[in-house]
Amino acid sequence: MPGEPLSATPARAAAFVRQDPAPACPPPPSGQGVFAAIGDNLFGGWRSSMMTIAALALLGLALPPLLRFLIFDAVWSAPDGELCRAPGAGACWAFIARKLPYFAYGSYPIGQRWRVDLTLAFGAALIVWLLWLDAPGRRLAAFLFFFAYPILSFLLLHGAPSFGLPTIDSDLWGGIFVSLLVATVGIVASLPLGILLALGRRSSLPVLSLACAGFIECVRGVPMITVLFMANTMLPLFVPESLAPDRLIRPLIGVALFASAYMAEVVRGGLQAIPKGQFEGAQALGLRALPTLRFIILPQALRHVIPGIVNTFIGLFKDTTLVAIVGIFDFLRTVDSARLDPVWAGPTISATGYVFAALFYFVFCFSMSRYSLFVERRLSRGRDR
Amino acid sequence: MPQDNQKPAIEIIAVNKWFGAFHVLRDINLSVAPGERIVICGPSGSGKSTLIRCINRLEAHQSGKIIVEGTELTGDLRKIDEVRREVGMVFQHFNLFPHLTILENCTLAPIEVRKMARAEAEAIALHYLGKVHIPEQAHKYPGQLSGGQQQRVAIARALCMNPKIMLFDEPTSSLDPEMVKEVLETMAELAREGMTMLCVTHEMGFARQVADRVIFMDAGAIVEINGPEAFFSDPQHERTKAFLGQILK
Ligand SMILES: Nc1ncnc2c1ncn2[C@@H]1O[C@H](COP(=O)(O)OP(=O)(O)O)[C@@H](O)[C@H]1O
Ligand SMILES: [Mg+2]
Repeated sequence: MPGEPLSATPARAAAFVRQDPAPACPPPPSGQGVFAAIGDNLFGGWRSSMMTIAALALLGLALPPLLRFLIFDAVWSAPDGELCRAPGAGACWAFIARKLPYFAYGSYPIGQRWRVDLTLAFGAALIVWLLWLDAPGRRLAAFLFFFAYPILSFLLLHGAPSFGLPTIDSDLWGGIFVSLLVATVGIVASLPLGILLALGRRSSLPVLSLACAGFIECVRGVPMITVLFMANTMLPLFVPESLAPDRLIRPLIGVALFASAYMAEVVRGGLQAIPKGQFEGAQALGLRALPTLRFIILPQALRHVIPGIVNTFIGLFKDTTLVAIVGIFDFLRTVDSARLDPVWAGPTISATGYVFAALFYFVFCFSMSRYSLFVERRLSRGRDR
Repeated sequence: MPQDNQKPAIEIIAVNKWFGAFHVLRDINLSVAPGERIVICGPSGSGKSTLIRCINRLEAHQSGKIIVEGTELTGDLRKIDEVRREVGMVFQHFNLFPHLTILENCTLAPIEVRKMARAEAEAIALHYLGKVHIPEQAHKYPGQLSGGQQQRVAIARALCMNPKIMLFDEPTSSLDPEMVKEVLETMAELAREGMTMLCVTHEMGFARQVADRVIFMDAGAIVEINGPEAFFSDPQHERTKAFLGQILK
């Protein structure tokens, strides 16, 4: 043994030995309670106080006219644009109320609109079922949503003469339901496609990895509008006339491909964050490549990049407005055309229409953002490293 | 004690391996009998990890033969699967799956690889978690356990596949000193039950107590193999002496 044990030298007394336990004390008083927090955060120091006062002044300038336009001076009900044209009138909500069916369904025949309602109701129910993490039978929900629902929606929306549902040409489709359709297809297709592309790009087979990287870079390197135009004009060149996809399907494919390229890069970021040891741990247990991906790698990789995934979804949701370029009557396009109606035309109509559209998009995007935060918090519960 | 008349659990014959131009394993020859406990030591970078990772094909060797439980390791995926089912491995950094509970960590491979029913897999997992003395942690996540507990879970996870051979790659090197003992004790128990073990470690007390043979590696080659008594009291090679002189100081 090197050196002597300490106990052998009782003569050398320790410099300090605590005799009684250290008592626990309450924290210092500041930082407790709402008022203290407000005081500290808004008026802690002169710089902070100046900023607070400036912000309050700005709010004071902007809020009253905004509230007056949106609420106090707004026209809530009117048979036509007469009242809204009156000087000093605010937002013309009556116009929105009147045009709501058009905003929702486009030119879908009025007698058949229950079919859209039914499709949306089914979709909403299934999505709630899927997103509610503690719901029973989520596997069944996933099966219904990803396999049964697309078929059902197609039959309902497009029609099935043999079931007594007349065919409704997609030229007549429009409004919110088309926007939701494009967004849903884009979101549902882009995640799996993006995962495949990301895995392909990381593959050790040079051909596969080059092809995936090439696709991703090409799609990311051009504006979405270009992709839509190409989908619209070039798809029909590759397939015979009779098989040429429907006017609405083409931009759907374009949107899905565009979003999946972005998704692929997000997912790749998540894959790169997985330590090599996770693959080795799985391999050593005898797990093959596919189960390793499914049970070990993807759950962790996707969890790392939930914010990025939802960010892509939100971008995609707003980008669906671009399908108007290739002649699809999405929600924004219906707003845009409704405001030209001479019955309603007036100085506030455009502003009202666009505020309404902005609200619509905001509600959806904000919900997605909040939901993703909720999922992140849920998933990190008890699993912190 | 190993019996000489049995066919070896692992046979490594004239194995060479390169990383690029770097000759990492040089003419390795080793035969491990069933039930034999082998401790491998040597300076950092001498190829110890690479050698035991070749035994379950986490690394591919480029020449020579490795035969595990009668199956020769080649590029053939089915052979690799066969070998990996018989060989458990414990890593320096545990490599537990952080998003799965302890129980799920232990049942995943039996269910997916051995196609075991969930209930049976769980019963087996709880049995082995009991053997490594942490049955009460089954529903926690790895991040909630101490390093020593995590490493014992990793051992239980490997045992759930009912392997014939266990490989350990510096299982205590990333543990705080007070946790080293609990992991070494778990490994010693396993050794007493007759598991074939290859263990890369610098815990010389463990080597003395458990090993049938101690191997010293340096610069990609096996420099010395001997029984633990002789290895520690009477090392033959100069480099072995120098190495032992350093770590036993
Ligand atoms: N994947 C790899 N690629 C290139 N060199 C490697 C790789 N893995 C290990 N090495 C090198 O091989 C040598 C032996 O590594 P290793 O077997 O991990 O040594 P040990 O476990 O004995 O410390 C080291 O010099 C290391 O840098
Ligand atoms: Mg090593």
